[in-house]
Amino acid sequence: MKSHRKKFSLFEFIMLIILSVYAITVLYPLFWMVIGGFKTNKEIFGNTWALPSSWSLQNYKDAWRIGVGTYFMNSVIVTLTATVFTVLLAAMIAFVLARYRYRLKSATFIFVLGGMMLSPEVCLISLYKLLQQIHLYNTRWALIIPYTAFRIPISVFLMWAYFKELPIEVEESAYMDGCSTFGVFWRMVLPMSKPVVATTALLAAINFWNEFMFGLVFIESSELKTIPLGMMNLKGQLATNWAVMLSGLTISALPMIIVYIIFQKQLVRGMMVGSVKG
Amino acid sequence: MYKSKKETFLFTFPGLLLMGIFVYFPLFLSFFYSFFKWSAFSTTKTFVGFAYYKRLFTDPLILAALKNNVAYAFWSVLCQCGIGLVLAAVLEYGRMRKYETFFRTTFFVPSIISMTVIGLLWYFAYNPKIGIVNPLLKAIGLGKYAADWLGSSKTAMGAVIFVSQWQNIGYIMLLFIVAIQKIDDSIFESALIDGANGVQNFFHIVVPLVKDTILVTTVITIIGAFRVFSEVYVMTGGGPGHTTETLATYMYRAGFRNDEMGYSCAIATLIFVILLVLTMLQMKGSGNLESVRQMKKESE
Repeated sequence: MKSHRKKFSLFEFIMLIILSVYAITVLYPLFWMVIGGFKTNKEIFGNTWALPSSWSLQNYKDAWRIGVGTYFMNSVIVTLTATVFTVLLAAMIAFVLARYRYRLKSATFIFVLGGMMLSPEVCLISLYKLLQQIHLYNTRWALIIPYTAFRIPISVFLMWAYFKELPIEVEESAYMDGCSTFGVFWRMVLPMSKPVVATTALLAAINFWNEFMFGLVFIESSELKTIPLGMMNLKGQLATNWAVMLSGLTISALPMIIVYIIFQKQLVRGMMVGSVKG
Repeated sequence: MYKSKKETFLFTFPGLLLMGIFVYFPLFLSFFYSFFKWSAFSTTKTFVGFAYYKRLFTDPLILAALKNNVAYAFWSVLCQCGIGLVLAAVLEYGRMRKYETFFRTTFFVPSIISMTVIGLLWYFAYNPKIGIVNPLLKAIGLGKYAADWLGSSKTAMGAVIFVSQWQNIGYIMLLFIVAIQKIDDSIFESALIDGANGVQNFFHIVVPLVKDTILVTTVITIIGAFRVFSEVYVMTGGGPGHTTETLATYMYRAGFRNDEMGYSCAIATLIFVILLVLTMLQMKGSGNLESVRQMKKESE
C-alpha cells in the first residue's frame, strides 16, 4: 500500500504510539521474567519496577542444578528423536503421494488427512491405557512415539506440497544410471528439498518442545520429565522461591526464542502452508 | 518408474502403521471405553451402556465448561482475528512498512514460547504479592481495579482468556500479513489515485481480498478455543470452584482426579464431535478436499 507523500503524518504518529504500547505489553512481561531471574526474592517482593542490584547468575545456576538441567536434557532427547522420526516417516509418505500412481492413493491421502482431524485431547485416556498395556508408559518412548504419530499428517502435507513441484527429469536420469528408488529418495529428493525439510523439522521440534498434556499424563518419574512438566513440578516444590522459578522459566523459553530469531523465514513459510498452529 | 506396488507399501507402511496404532486405534478405544465403568488401576470393567452419555446432558459442569469454551472462542475470534487483521493492515500500510520487521517480530515472540511457560509467567504476573499487573494498574491510576486475578471466581476466566490472546494475536497477525502481501500493489495504487484513505482501503480492499484467510483463521481460533487445556491447568487448575473449567480440563479431572475413566472417555467423544465439525469446515476452506478429488481422477 502506498500513501500520500506528506511528511510525518498524524496518522503515522498515532499508529506508532498504538503499536508501541502493544509492543511494550508483549515485551514487558518477558523482560520482567528475565530480569526477575537476576533479582533476589526480597527485590522481587519489594520493588516491582527496579532493576536487580547485582547481575549474579546464581539463580540461573540454582534452577539448572535443582532440576531444570535434567528436564532440559530430557526435552532435547525427546524433541530430537521424535523430530527425526517424524521427518523421515512423513517424507517417505509424501514422496509416494507426490510421485506414484496407484489404486489406494486417494485412500492413503484420506487416511493421512483424517489424522489431522483427530486432536490429541480425544485420545488422551485411551492412549494412557494403551501405553500402560504395551509397557511404554513412563518411558521416553511414551512421548516420542505419540508425538511422531500425531505430527506425521501435517508434516506429510508440508512436504507433499513441495515434492510434487520438483522436476521429475533429474530423477529419471538417476534411474537410468541404475539408482534404486530409496537411493533417489535419500540422495536426490531429500537434499533437493532442504528448505521444506528444515521447515517441517523446525515446526515439529517447536511443537514437541512445548507439548504439555501428553507429558503430564504419560510420564510419572521426575527424572524423565520434559521442561514444561518439570516447571510445573518446580512450581510446587519451590513454592515462594520466585527468583529461581523465573530464571527456570527463562531457561525454558530461551531455546525457542533463539530458534525463532535464527530461522524466522523458514517458520513463517511453513506456517502459511500449514495454516495449522505449530 | 514409480509404478511398483511393493515400493508404495514399503515407503508408506511404517508411518501409516504408527498413525493407525497411536492415532486411530485410541480413538476407537476411547469410544469403546466410554460404555464401561472403570478406574485407572482396576482390571475389571462394568458395562454401563449409554449411561455416561445421558449424564453428559445433565451434568451442570459440562454446561459450565462448554460455556467457558464458547466464551474462549468468542474472545479469541474477536481479538485474534479482529485485532490481528487490523495490526496486519496497519503494518502493511504504505509508510508504516519501514517499521514492520520490528513490530512483526516482537508481536510474534509469545506464540513461539510454550503455553506452560507463558501460563506460569502470568501466574506470577497476576500474583497480588509479587506480580506486575496490580502495580501497573496503580501506576496508571486504575488502582481501584487491582484484584486477585486468578484467585477470584469473578475475574479468573477473563484473566486466563487474556493470556491466550496475549500469546496468539501475533501468530494470527502473521497469517494476515502474508495474505495482504499477496494483494497486487496496483490495486492500492489506483485506489490512491481515486483518493481513498487508509480506512476506506481497509474495508473496501483488504477485507474483501483476504476473506478466505479470515475464514480460515476464524476456524483455527475456534478449534483452538475448544481444545484449551494447558493454560487453564497451569494457571488455575480449573478453579476457583470450577469457574475456569473447560471441556478438556474437565475430561482430565474426570479421569485422573475423580477416577471415572469411562465418563472421561465420554467427554472425549463430545470434544471429538465438536472438533470434527469444525475441522471439516477448515478442510473445506483450505482446499485439501480438492486434492483428494484430483487424486481419485489421477488414479483411475
